[in-house]
Amino acid sequence: MTRYVVNTAAQQQQMLTECGYKSFDDMFAQAGVAKRLDGPLAIPAGVSEFEAAEQMQALADQDHVFRTIFRGAGTYRHYIPAAVGNLVSRNEFVTAYTPYQAEISQGVLQSIFEYQTMVCQLTGMDVADASVYDGGSAAAEAAAMCVQRDKDEIIVAQEVDPQYQQVVMTYHQFGHIKVRFMPLDKLQVTDRTAGVIVQYPDFYGTITDLAAVKAAIGAAKLVVIANPIALGQLEAPGNLGADIVVGEGQQLGLPLSFGGPYLGFMAARQELMRHLPGRIVGQTIDKDGKRCYVLTLQAREQHIRREKASSSICSNEALCALTATIYLAALGPQGLAEVADTGYQMAHLLQQRLQDVGFSHVEKGPFYNEFVTTCPQDVTELMARLEAHDILGGLPLADGTILWAATEVNTPAEVDALISVIKEAH
Amino acid sequence: MAQLIFEKSAAGRRCAVMPDRGVHQYKLPEKYARKQAPGLPEVAEVDLVRHYVGLSRMAFGVDDGFYPLGSCTMKYNPKVDEQTAAFKGFTDIHPLQPAHTVKGALQVIKQLSDDLCAITGMDAFTLQPAAGAHGEFTGMQLVHAYHKSRHDEGRTEIIIPDSAHGTNPASAAMNGFAVVSVPSDADGGIDIAKLKETVNEHTAALMLTNPNTLGLFDRNIEQITAIVHGAGGLCYYDGANLNAIMGICRPGDMGFDIVHLNLHKTFATPHGGGGPGSGPVGCKHFLEAFLPYPLVDGQGGDWQKVSPSSIGKVRSYYGNFLVAVRALTYIKTLGAAGLKEASSNAVLNANYMRLKLRDLYPEPYDRTCMHEFVASLAGMKEEYDVSAKDVAKALLDCGIHPPTMYFPLIVHEALMFEPTETESRQTLDGAIQAMVDIHAQARTDGQTLRTAPHTTVISQPDEVTAARHPILCYKDE
Repeated sequence: MTRYVVNTAAQQQQMLTECGYKSFDDMFAQAGVAKRLDGPLAIPAGVSEFEAAEQMQALADQDHVFRTIFRGAGTYRHYIPAAVGNLVSRNEFVTAYTPYQAEISQGVLQSIFEYQTMVCQLTGMDVADASVYDGGSAAAEAAAMCVQRDKDEIIVAQEVDPQYQQVVMTYHQFGHIKVRFMPLDKLQVTDRTAGVIVQYPDFYGTITDLAAVKAAIGAAKLVVIANPIALGQLEAPGNLGADIVVGEGQQLGLPLSFGGPYLGFMAARQELMRHLPGRIVGQTIDKDGKRCYVLTLQAREQHIRREKASSSICSNEALCALTATIYLAALGPQGLAEVADTGYQMAHLLQQRLQDVGFSHVEKGPFYNEFVTTCPQDVTELMARLEAHDILGGLPLADGTILWAATEVNTPAEVDALISVIKEAH
Repeated sequence: MAQLIFEKSAAGRRCAVMPDRGVHQYKLPEKYARKQAPGLPEVAEVDLVRHYVGLSRMAFGVDDGFYPLGSCTMKYNPKVDEQTAAFKGFTDIHPLQPAHTVKGALQVIKQLSDDLCAITGMDAFTLQPAAGAHGEFTGMQLVHAYHKSRHDEGRTEIIIPDSAHGTNPASAAMNGFAVVSVPSDADGGIDIAKLKETVNEHTAALMLTNPNTLGLFDRNIEQITAIVHGAGGLCYYDGANLNAIMGICRPGDMGFDIVHLNLHKTFATPHGGGGPGSGPVGCKHFLEAFLPYPLVDGQGGDWQKVSPSSIGKVRSYYGNFLVAVRALTYIKTLGAAGLKEASSNAVLNANYMRLKLRDLYPEPYDRTCMHEFVASLAGMKEEYDVSAKDVAKALLDCGIHPPTMYFPLIVHEALMFEPTETESRQTLDGAIQAMVDIHAQARTDGQTLRTAPHTTVISQPDEVTAARHPILCYKDE
């Protein structure tokens, strides 16, 4: 068994005695724990650090890391510059708590301020929070931001990631917000509609025409779930009428990680600032006039407002937000534009080559790095064949089509390899 | 004054160079193209590294020093847990890979869920919630779904003690519940008579932390859960304070139906400056069908079929998976005996500090505590005009992270200490001496305390101005 308890058995006994307890059992009895377990917990006995790592390695070895991935659907493999992981793993960042004590937390607070700035720059918004759990919960929180007394309905476009749709529905199923789902080309906004949630590009890769949506929804707020890498290349939603921009920040330096930890980012127009959920960092000065940073606008939050808070969120995804900050600083505007464009180029090359072998593009307008095709072969058999060649194919959708994605980690040679496996069936 | 990364930027400077795949023939339609590049910094790699290394030196983690921040369980975060969470077989798998290619990851989820069931006395767990408050939110959804399934929809109230964390009432309210507060009794527990008056046919559930936020174990816990059950309500256990009871007793045996845990507290995963956390939710068999999906099945081989009664999804995929990897590694190293030893020493360390400090820093409830204790500095404030905040700030000058201030709300000038089990007697003695010295200084030189801290990079930021005139982003002048 590995121990992180520091005091020796002799020290423990001495401390018990000094405190007036005969034993640990006596201490718990005096604390009022009347009904105590009489045997050990039904979990395995502890092992050495070496053995624990071996057991975990044995589990990791049962997972297959694909050499080539053409699957995205909201989660994408990117290259992560070496400096990102190196800096994020600094112990002072990793083992700190929420920066309640500003005097010894300026490093964390300043990094969050930089993060908020970068999120605003990417999205074209005025204010951002310090992060929420993930893209789906960010969309659900955004819905709550829109609602007013006489406007309690939220419309979610059916082109939004199905998981995000489920999260928004789950979040609000027992509250006072009514959530409706409808296709983008048939939006029926009423005078009760508080907000409309769309994705940019949408789940199927199509670049949503935000200006057209804005024109169609009247006074309802436009909530855009944006792909942050695509924003290196696509017009900022803030310039196209968005009131709130949220999204999944996984692509900004976080590995695939089987779904988490990820990063929900949230930004909004100035007038919605006090409706943002969670932590927000602001700039101020200290008693000597030095510029510094603090947690601010806390009157929105659960520890002050309790049941009247804008959300119950307390812990967020701070270290993931730091990762995103360092990733974006490493790339800069030019690097981000290049990553975005290489994804665009590779996806379009992939689409063309698939078209050539009979996988027709199910086209709904210009796309970014993801697109849907028909599948003239048996989908299950094709995916198995690709897997045998160490390729994770596109995501099979319920209607028999396939959702393909590419990023800058994919190469033309990988596209060649994919096409040749597809051709094996002919 | 530390510069922002934006202030170190120079047009055209580069850091990471990303691969060029030699494909350039496709053109994004002009209509969709960004007109102006985002104002991200342009820095060289050496600038980037020095900037964030510099910021890290203005942060304070458990690895920097003692961190008795009550309610947050800032125990040491073992490094082997970081090592296993970095295994490629965990970091480089896509959440939408076929199940047969992620058998190891599914085993991680299954093994951790089983261990958490054993530790808490629950029958099933979901790892989907991303933090403690997210777990509470999920638990409140289970409460709603349960009563709805029984067509018992008049149950609209959640009972919460006045000592509870703010997340409790907020999570209840987000799900459309009304919050009913119950007071604490003279012993620091729930006032049983008041609870009996409070429960009725509108009671949906009781939300409770035990030990509570005063660090006190409620002696009447079984009676409390029986009263709520008797009125037709459910009992929800906020696991923020589980570090006090591992291997000692279990929420499931106290009568609780639902629990959430904080892997980033009790199971030693790092807090990362405010996250990622992980807030698994467990329940008894009769509530299992309502848990969010997907769940791993009993054999651990694949995903379970979605229950038609499931509340749905509270976030994408399976939660903060790499946090689960760390927590499972932690449980494997400690095992049953190690977890009990951890909780036993967490409680011993808290009582040791409490007893050494209580003459100078009196407790509102003078009894054996669990893993944390609360001192009231109301007397000190009155007598010497030195507040809980002043003492906290003075501790910064001693290289100690202060305890939680002004919480719980029912104690005036509260300081809440949670030393955890991973601190030595020497460390505790050092902190006790610092508190004794501060008290002596309060008697002779309160002004120095009121102007503390004196050794930090900044001191006493103006929070009022920050909130009145918010500056939330850097703007290039």
